[in-house]
Amino acid sequence: MKRRNFLRSSIGAGLAAGAFMSFGGYEKAFAGKRLPSGADYDLIAVMGGEPAAMFDMGIQALGGMGTFVKKGQKVLVKPNIGWDVVPEKGGNTSPALVKRIIEHCYRAGAKEVYVFDNTCDNWIKCYKNSGIEQAVKDAGAKIVPGNSENYYQEINIPNGKKLTKAKVHELVLSSDVFINVPILKHHSSAMMTGALKNMMGVVWDRGYWHRNNLNQCIADYALYSKKPNLNVMDAYNVMMRNGPRGVSVADLSNMKSLMLSTDWVAIDAAGAKMMGKEPSSVEHITLAAGMGIGKMDLATMNIHRMKM
Amino acid sequence: MKSSALKHIRTVFAVLVLLLFTFLFVDFRGSLGDKAFGPILYLQFVPSFLKFVIAGVAASTGFIIILILTLLTGRTYCSFLCPLGILQDVISRVGGLVKRRFRKYGYKKPYTILRYFILVVTAGILAIGGVYVLTILDPYSTFGRLMTYFVQPVVLFINNILAGILGKFDIYSVYRVDIKPYELAAYIIPAAFLFLTGLLAFRYGRLYCNTVCPVGTLLGLLSKVSLFRIRFEEDKCSRCGRCAMSCKSSCIDFLNKSVDLSRCVNCFNCIDACKEKGMSYGLVRLKRKQTNPEKTDSSRRGFIAGSLVLLAGGSQLLKAQDTTPSPTRESTVREDRLYPVSPPGSSGIEMFTSRCTACTLCVNACPTNVLQPSVNQYGFAGIMQPRMDFHSGFCNYDCTRCTDVCPTGAIMPLMLEAKKLTQIGKAVFIKENCIVHTEKTACGACSEHCPTKACHMVPYEGRLVIPEVKDEICIGCGACEYACPTRPFRAIFVDGNPIHEAASKPETEELKEVPSEFPF
Repeated sequence: MKRRNFLRSSIGAGLAAGAFMSFGGYEKAFAGKRLPSGADYDLIAVMGGEPAAMFDMGIQALGGMGTFVKKGQKVLVKPNIGWDVVPEKGGNTSPALVKRIIEHCYRAGAKEVYVFDNTCDNWIKCYKNSGIEQAVKDAGAKIVPGNSENYYQEINIPNGKKLTKAKVHELVLSSDVFINVPILKHHSSAMMTGALKNMMGVVWDRGYWHRNNLNQCIADYALYSKKPNLNVMDAYNVMMRNGPRGVSVADLSNMKSLMLSTDWVAIDAAGAKMMGKEPSSVEHITLAAGMGIGKMDLATMNIHRMKM
Repeated sequence: MKSSALKHIRTVFAVLVLLLFTFLFVDFRGSLGDKAFGPILYLQFVPSFLKFVIAGVAASTGFIIILILTLLTGRTYCSFLCPLGILQDVISRVGGLVKRRFRKYGYKKPYTILRYFILVVTAGILAIGGVYVLTILDPYSTFGRLMTYFVQPVVLFINNILAGILGKFDIYSVYRVDIKPYELAAYIIPAAFLFLTGLLAFRYGRLYCNTVCPVGTLLGLLSKVSLFRIRFEEDKCSRCGRCAMSCKSSCIDFLNKSVDLSRCVNCFNCIDACKEKGMSYGLVRLKRKQTNPEKTDSSRRGFIAGSLVLLAGGSQLLKAQDTTPSPTRESTVREDRLYPVSPPGSSGIEMFTSRCTACTLCVNACPTNVLQPSVNQYGFAGIMQPRMDFHSGFCNYDCTRCTDVCPTGAIMPLMLEAKKLTQIGKAVFIKENCIVHTEKTACGACSEHCPTKACHMVPYEGRLVIPEVKDEICIGCGACEYACPTRPFRAIFVDGNPIHEAASKPETEELKEVPSEFPF
């Protein structure tokens, strides 16, 4: 009931805003006192609501989606759609969250929003059974295949220690705004998967990463110039073990949380902590922080915590 | 019935059947529901027969219907329902259009000895428990292979060009599918039959169906006594010979006004071709005996005796080549693979190889490409029969597609829950190849992909973790082997279970309490 009321009021507010204001005005209305943007927060953490509602709260605290998406821009939303599992299994990003992010992008004036992942299981089954394909279509965005090498183009990562080249999906190159939407999970090899690790779904040859020091490659990729403008971490149902695919719903911890940050090391550090791990125990976080990609010391961060 | 409408009905029906079966074998998008395959394939003679006789599926009665249909109407099956027959009609039609003189129609004598020899050998080998000759000669399976091996790549190529163009306009409903060829040796037989059927059809119409095809020969025997048949209207025929020249089966001897019913495939072209309405299709008329019995019997009997002798010898030869594969330990493959992996639902290697006619329907239907035609993995006699190739893909945990489509009972239907506990093989870890061991860096791609966590990570040196396999919950899906990044040899591979086993369910314990505050 709570959720329904929230959705109703937020839709109502959205309609009112749409009716009386330009997009810029709308963003101001939602930004509250924190103008012009919420950039002084290192991390927004929301707890206690449904994924979409928590995103509504979180993005307001960052000054609204208009902070990231300008009118007429092409947006790439990259969730984790790695596995052929239903949403309840917590193996993929919540479809409701993906849908709401897309809606915010369009309201901020995005020309087109694209979604894809280079999946681990058969991509058609992943797209379908994750519920994300339907969510994307319902929100009016485009779901794009990532199943063929033809969709990928080679890029350079000049300062990478192990990973100096990668083939990335053409959408990463052609989009104006890149929103990274990982789901927080245990991961058998990288210990956890979050924002940094989610990039293994935008490249073609993951095997190279596995062969050449996985954690270093994850950190190296984060040096690539085309970084996410925003990271949104789904921590609603967090897979605490048997990740990243999961064996049963008993692996999940219903944390009902969502994090947002422009710093993907910071958001991963927070994710690690949520899972009961020290960020320093996750090698790719340590490596990325050491390479100056972001901050990992949660104690010194300006964190905005919200409960619903 | 004298109307030439028969021919047109046949043409329309056959074209629809051909389109349907072509679609079945080139559909890479999996558009057909799992339930659609059964009814479509129900009437295919050989699959239905095998499913009934070898797999013991009592409901697989399609072949009985075909036998009755043949007794009533003649070889209607060959022109209306057999996709390979219809395909050959199309080819010979093209042959006729390209250059009529290439096409050698007109009455010819049948290759009696050859065709009955092939039939007897096929049936005999089958009777002693070997499906391998039928695998090569079953018209439905031959058609399937032609489509899968040669037509589908063309379809994919066109699709990919289209996907490229549409992608420029931001349309992604048509998506690229990489064209991945099979092992080269698997192409030998399909290529030979492409050549054989193509060439014979191009020049001689249904010569293949009336000489090589064991189904054609078998149904030909029955159609000799069929109730309805093609016949001359003695009073109207002027012996112009148009019927014979239009006959794809070369079975009309217009000078003697006789039709060789064993070769007539009910195409009804002759009725259409006859200006005098001198040919008709209808209920048999009893005639006075005209043929002398000696002529028919002596040669045939001699040959049957001869082929039985050959069969006895041949069967021994083939039996020596047991379908159960021998270990390949002595080869250069470092992954010490003892057995190939047969698909879930097949119960085991021997069961599978004794029922599968390598039609490749499952190879197409499989969403992950894990099913690949074998070369010698099942032994030489099992060539083209699909195996689980974990270098091409891995078996999707939540999928039973192959078990739903198989028409011969080689892969029997499995409920999803049962499939998830069917152990088709077991993962074997080779530590010496593993990145974690050789490079001292994290990897774990195998465990990442494992749906049951039979392959899980255990502490190794320092902060590193290394794979370990719990046999009892491994189902042999091959996700670990597929994902393993080491080359040329994998650090983990699946060794087949010669007889499939039941895996245990992965254990689940409850988690400790959920955090209600941010831990930061």
